[in-house]
Amino acid sequence: MSADNLDPNIRDGVIHPEVRPPDDESERDQDGRRLRHAEGASKPVRAPAVREPQPRGAKIRGNRPVDQAEAAERFLAAPLHQAAHDERLWDLRKKRDVAAHGIPEWEELRDLASEIKTHTLSHLDRYLEQFEAAAKANGVHVHWAADGAEHNRIVLDILRRHEAKTLVKSKSMLTEECGFRHFMGAEGIEIIETDLGERIQQLDNEEPSHVVAPAVHKTRLDVAAVFAKTLGTDPDNDDAHYLAERQRETTRPYILNADAGMTGCNFAIAETGSVVTCTNEGNADLSGNVPPLQIHSIGIEKIIPKVEHLGVFIRLLSRSALGSPITQYTSHFRGPRKGTEMHYVLVDNGRSARLGMEEFWTSLKCIRCGACMNTCPVYRRSGGLSYGATYAGPIGLIIDPTFNKRKYSTLPFSSTMNGSCTNVCPVKINIHEQIFAWRKVLVEEHQIPVLKQGMMKAAGAMLSRPAAYRAAIGAADSALKVLPRFAVYNSLNTWGRKREMPDAPRQSFHAWYKENRMKGGKA
Amino acid sequence: MSARDSILASIRANRPAGDYPLPDVPLFPPLVGDDLVAEFGERLKRMGGLVCEAGADDPLAGVRERLAGAKVLASAAPEVTGNRNLAAVARAQDVDDVDVAVVRAVFGIAETGSVLFTQDELVVNSVAYLAQHLVVLLDPADILPNVQAAYRRPEFGRAAYAVLHTGPSATADIEGVLIHGAQGVRSLTVVLLPRAKA
Repeated sequence: MSADNLDPNIRDGVIHPEVRPPDDESERDQDGRRLRHAEGASKPVRAPAVREPQPRGAKIRGNRPVDQAEAAERFLAAPLHQAAHDERLWDLRKKRDVAAHGIPEWEELRDLASEIKTHTLSHLDRYLEQFEAAAKANGVHVHWAADGAEHNRIVLDILRRHEAKTLVKSKSMLTEECGFRHFMGAEGIEIIETDLGERIQQLDNEEPSHVVAPAVHKTRLDVAAVFAKTLGTDPDNDDAHYLAERQRETTRPYILNADAGMTGCNFAIAETGSVVTCTNEGNADLSGNVPPLQIHSIGIEKIIPKVEHLGVFIRLLSRSALGSPITQYTSHFRGPRKGTEMHYVLVDNGRSARLGMEEFWTSLKCIRCGACMNTCPVYRRSGGLSYGATYAGPIGLIIDPTFNKRKYSTLPFSSTMNGSCTNVCPVKINIHEQIFAWRKVLVEEHQIPVLKQGMMKAAGAMLSRPAAYRAAIGAADSALKVLPRFAVYNSLNTWGRKREMPDAPRQSFHAWYKENRMKGGKA
Repeated sequence: MSARDSILASIRANRPAGDYPLPDVPLFPPLVGDDLVAEFGERLKRMGGLVCEAGADDPLAGVRERLAGAKVLASAAPEVTGNRNLAAVARAQDVDDVDVAVVRAVFGIAETGSVLFTQDELVVNSVAYLAQHLVVLLDPADILPNVQAAYRRPEFGRAAYAVLHTGPSATADIEGVLIHGAQGVRSLTVVLLPRAKA
């Protein structure tokens, strides 16, 4: 029996029936079928007699290397949080699979998305100039910022000229990179996050732990505790509907009274000068359409040439992120409303330098869907905050070291190298290969401990050359038999601990593929 | 050197080696069957939206209750008369008290159950988010098969603001529990109602 056709009175398929009102409209569609767009099918967290405190993120000690494994150990030691996190994200991964399998041309779309991005990145100067010219013709003020500090100064300058004291914003990983909230706080500008998850994180004074679901590492009990302390909610009421409603009610006055609104940018269209945002809450549209001054912060790698290319990226983004065919809101901001000002801040912050890194520049293709995080066994079991960096999970492992090689020198080791991240990436970034390439770079530049270096030398020569790697696997049946045992199991490889590696398959995937799919010379 | 010039210079200096041509994007066959109205309705419902056919006697029969329940009704469509004149609204914030807003969609997309508005249909952009409930009028003849077809329409190159709505505002940020009305409208109802003949 399909769970979709349950009698509305039977609530078996419902998450958290004990805390949901029976007349909850979000639960079913008009035909009485269970709704699941964006929903998790993970089991509710059962509150133990003593509440399990939320494990906190990595301890940041200036420029010293982040100890991701230490923070991950603490996350693993909080079984309720660990299990809820793991289940929720694995559920998103499964929903992504269902959505992807529903589109016959899915692989072709991934190829196209990758090719459009690599083309644009290799002609980025031209497309940025085209974007700027189009935006100016539309009446938008365009600013350029070499780094995060300059971005913050430019925005502050715009706000000061308008005597703006409050700013509502939607979620933007770029502004996280820039340390925007902290900077503005010190300047006496009040910043209000309007995405529910991001607002939770702001109120708890934490960074987002996931690019799409910023508070996914928190249980509803954690949220109840944060809201009780900061919004004055009932500390004993952990109903998600109650908590979300309280957030809506307390955020609305800020939205109405804000002097300025800000959004990030999912896609910037060169031919039209438009900024496209994708949200489920509609909070980017509130931030962009209510205050009299609107600012959009744009990472320079977000450019795509034409509107028609959205027909590729929009089809991939939400399906990869949540398994839904599209986000509830896909918004195209092209020019100011009557009587208001509109500003773009184009931010480099290390991107143009990354473009010159032969092995790593294609990480700039990333569209921030979070699919690599959802599929990663390390990420799911350690939580995004354990990485101690703006970007967590597999994409973080290859982006973070470009910001600070020393501080993030250990992150590329937080991977099982299973390659799943690469397989789900909608723009086909070779994430796991770049993770390995970073290990090599960091070893060569003496950024990592001596013992790990020894392990790397043993495995590195082979893993660095895909053809040799495949030949070796073929001869030995399995990479696990080729790699020295101490490279897989040792106290420094946190992810070999508590796990015995699976038996090696008799035939490698590559061998199978060649035998079964490359017959007749057709790949 | 300005930040602009130094960024562009850095991009030029770091241009990746190799030739990366822009691919032609083929037109993929629609994922949906020929009955675009049914496909649209089915997908919109899966995204939490509501759909009703225009009634034979009263085209708005399906939303009469919703409209009657609104203390403040703002309509941007001639088919419905509200009690808040959107054309006379001075500030975007002033529509915060609207209970139900009524808007005509430019088109719908069967693949996703989405509807498109621009600033022309909304009159006041913010009403589509600050209102508690949104009622959308959509001509069944305006339903496009897929997202690709939508992005070949001229509105995206012309409108100052163009937005696709697919169901109501939603969040699952607290333990994955799906909640409608996170920040924007709590419900979105599409009434399949042909445009009045000019």
